[in-house]
Amino acid sequence: MFTTASTTADKLVQMFAAILLFAAVVGVILFIAGRFTGKRDKFVAYLYLAPVVLMLSVGLLYPGLRTIYESFFNAAGDAFIGIDNYKTIFTDSEQLVVLRNTAFWVLLTPFVATGVGLLYAILVDKARMESFAKALIFLPMSISFVAASVIWKFMYEYRPDQGNVKQIGLVNQVIVWLGGKPVQLLIDSPLNTFLLIIVMIWVQAGFAMTVLSAAIKAIPDDIVEAARLDGVTPWGMFRFVTLPAIRPAVVVVLTTIAIATLKVFDIVQTMTGGRFDTSVIANEFYSQSFRSANQGLGAALAVVLFVLVIPIVVYNIRQLRRSEA
Amino acid sequence: MFGQRGSSRSRVALAGALSVGLAFSLTACGDSDDSESGTTDSSAAAIDCAPYTAFGDIKGKTVTIYTGIVTPEDTPHKESYKPFEQCTGATIKYEGDKAFETQVLVRAKAGNPPDLAFVPQPGLLQQLVATGKAVEAPAETAANVDKWFGEDWKAYGTVDGKFYAAPLGANVKSLVWYSPSEFKDSGYTVPTTLADLQTLTDKMVADGKKPWCAGISSGEATGWPLTDWVEDFVLRTAGPETYDKWVKHEIPFNDPQIAAAFDAVGGYLKNEKYVNGGLGDVKSIASTTFQDAGLPILEGTCSLHRQASFYAANFSKDTKVAEDGDVYAFYLPGQDASSKPVLGGGEFVLAFADRPEVKAFQTYLSSDVWANTKAKLSSGWVSANKGLDPNNLTNPIDKLSATILLDPNATFRFDGSDMMPAAVGSNAFWKQATSWITGQDTKTTVDNIEKAWPQ
Repeated sequence: MFTTASTTADKLVQMFAAILLFAAVVGVILFIAGRFTGKRDKFVAYLYLAPVVLMLSVGLLYPGLRTIYESFFNAAGDAFIGIDNYKTIFTDSEQLVVLRNTAFWVLLTPFVATGVGLLYAILVDKARMESFAKALIFLPMSISFVAASVIWKFMYEYRPDQGNVKQIGLVNQVIVWLGGKPVQLLIDSPLNTFLLIIVMIWVQAGFAMTVLSAAIKAIPDDIVEAARLDGVTPWGMFRFVTLPAIRPAVVVVLTTIAIATLKVFDIVQTMTGGRFDTSVIANEFYSQSFRSANQGLGAALAVVLFVLVIPIVVYNIRQLRRSEA
Repeated sequence: MFGQRGSSRSRVALAGALSVGLAFSLTACGDSDDSESGTTDSSAAAIDCAPYTAFGDIKGKTVTIYTGIVTPEDTPHKESYKPFEQCTGATIKYEGDKAFETQVLVRAKAGNPPDLAFVPQPGLLQQLVATGKAVEAPAETAANVDKWFGEDWKAYGTVDGKFYAAPLGANVKSLVWYSPSEFKDSGYTVPTTLADLQTLTDKMVADGKKPWCAGISSGEATGWPLTDWVEDFVLRTAGPETYDKWVKHEIPFNDPQIAAAFDAVGGYLKNEKYVNGGLGDVKSIASTTFQDAGLPILEGTCSLHRQASFYAANFSKDTKVAEDGDVYAFYLPGQDASSKPVLGGGEFVLAFADRPEVKAFQTYLSSDVWANTKAKLSSGWVSANKGLDPNNLTNPIDKLSATILLDPNATFRFDGSDMMPAAVGSNAFWKQATSWITGQDTKTTVDNIEKAWPQ
C-alpha cells in the first residue's frame, strides 16, 4: 500500500492513513500507560520510551550500522575489500583535496561566523534601531542554502572583458570599477572554496548573532554596573565580563555551526557541483553513491563524516551538562 | 555495472533546457496544441490493422508503458497510440516518471515491471535484461527492425546475441550551430570535411572574429558537453571500430588514439584564438552554462557552436530556427565528405511480458506507420526509422536530424559516456574533462580517467 500511490488523491489518502496510524499507536500507549498508576513508574517510563527506541533503531541505528558494514565492500557492494575504501579516502589525490576543503570549511566557518555574529551583537546592543539592525543580519538565516547559493552565484558571476559586454555580477563589477579586469572567481582553487565559505558565514552569522545577543542581554545588570564602577575598559568589559558570562552560548553556537558546516552539501552542489576542486565530504559522498555508483566508497565517506561529527557532539553535550550543573 | 543513472546527460540537458525559461515550455505546449488539431485527422486516418489483428483478438486488453518521457512530450506519444487502440480495441496505459531510470530497475528486480519500458541507454537496457525479467522481442518486431532500422541501431537493442528492444526515438549530437545570415554576408560555406572546418575557422579568425563558443557548466553534471566533443572526434579521427572498443574498454582510455582525439578537440577549444566568442577566454568554457553557450551566435559575437539537436529549445521563442532564419545547424563533418559518423542518443522499447497485446503493440511501435504518425504530432522528435518521411516533420531541425540519421552512408554511434560505467561516464570523464579545459594536460587527463575505470 505504501509503494503504489501514483495520483495526488492516493497520496493524500496514504498521508492520512499514516497520521491515523501514528495517532492510534500513541493512543494505545497512553491507554496502556493509564492502566498502570502509582508504583510502577519505571514500567511506564519504558513504555513511553519504547516507540522512540524502536524508531531510532529502525531509522538511525540500523542504517548507521549497515552503512559501516557496506563501507568495507566494493563499488557494487558484493565483495569484501577490507579497508580499501578508507585507504582511497586518505591517499587518492582527488579525495585528499576533498579532505583539505572540508578542513578549510570546518576551521574557518564556525569561528568567523561566531566572531562576526558576536561583534555585531555587541555593536548593536542597546543601539538605536537595534531590532531593525538585527533583522537585517538575521534575514539570510531564513533563506535556504540553495537559494543563498543561487544569489551568491550571481554575485560572483563573470562576464568577459570583451567589446561592450557588461558585468552582471556585483563582485566583478566592483573589480572593474576599481580599474581591474574581471576574474572567474569560482574557477581557481583554493580561492573558490573560500568564496563558498563566505556564503555559509553570511547565512550563519545571523544565527550566531541572535543567540549571542540574547545571552548578552541575560547578563545581570549588577555585574556590569560593578565592573563599570571599577573603571573597566571596553575591552576589559568584553574580556572579563561579557565573554565569561556568555561562554556556554558561544560554545553552543560554535559547535552547532561546526556540525552544520561538516555536513555542508547544498552550497557546493549548487554553486560548483564539486568541480574545480571544491568538493567536500558530504558532496563527495553523494556523488560517489548516487552518480558514480560506488556504494562502498560512498558509505566509507559517510562513516568518515560521522566520525568527524562525533567529537563535536560529545563536546557540545558535555558543555551543556556542565552549564546545567 | 552501469549503476543507477539518476542523471543521464540527456536528462540533465533536458532539465537544464527546460529551466532556461518558461518561453520554451510555452513554445512546446503551443506546438503540441497546434499539432493536436492535426491529430484528429491522423488518428481518424485508418491504418492497416492486419499486422496487429494477426496476434489474435486483444479487444479490451491493456498494455502498460513505463517511461521517463513526461509532460509536455508525453501528449504526442499518447496521441500516436490511438490508431492502434482503434484498430485492436486494446488500451494503452501510459505512465511517465522523471525518476524512471532508477525506478525501472527497482521495479524489475522487485518483480513488478511494466509490460513495456522505454529505455534511454543501452547500458541500462543490459542491466534490465540481466535481471532476467525481460523478454525477447517477437519475431514480427524483429522483422520490422530489420526492415526499417540500420544494423547499428539493432545492435544497441541486442544483448548477448538476443534481440530484445526495438529503437523508438532518436536525437543527433553531431551538429554545429551557426547563423545563416552571417554565413551569407561573409561568404562562408558549410564545411563538408574536418579540414574544411579548420579552414573556415581560420578564415573567421582572419576576419577578426573569435569563431567558437562553448560552455560546459551544468551543476553536478558539469563537463558533459566536452565528453560529447571528445566522442565526436574519436568517431572522426579514430573511426567507429576504435570508438566501440573504447566504449567497451577493450582499449584503455589513455590509448594514444583517444589522447589524439582530445588533442584534436583541444585544437579548437583550448586555442585562445578560436574561443570563447562573446564569453571570455578558454577557462570561461568551464564557467559558462551549456544553455548560455550558444546564445552569442544571435549577438554576432560567436559564429560556431557544437551542440545536440535539443539545443534548439534554448533559443528564445521569437528566434527563427531554420535554414533561412536567425540560427540553424550543420552536420559536424567527417574526416572526408564520404564518411558520415553520427553521434546521438535514443530510446529502446523493452518488454517484460509476452502476452499477444504486448507483442502487437511492440510491433506497432517499430513500424514505419507509427513513426510517421508520431512525426506529424510532435515537434523536437525524430526517429531513425527509415520509413519515416522527413516531410512529415514540421520543425526544420527535426528534418535536418532525420536527414542525417536516415542517410544511407551514416554510421550511427550511441553517446559513449552513457554506455561507460557510471564511475567513468557520469563522474571521472566529466570531472577530468573539466580539469582539462581549465589547464590540465591531455596525458594526465586520460590517465586519470583510465585509473577511475572500475576493475
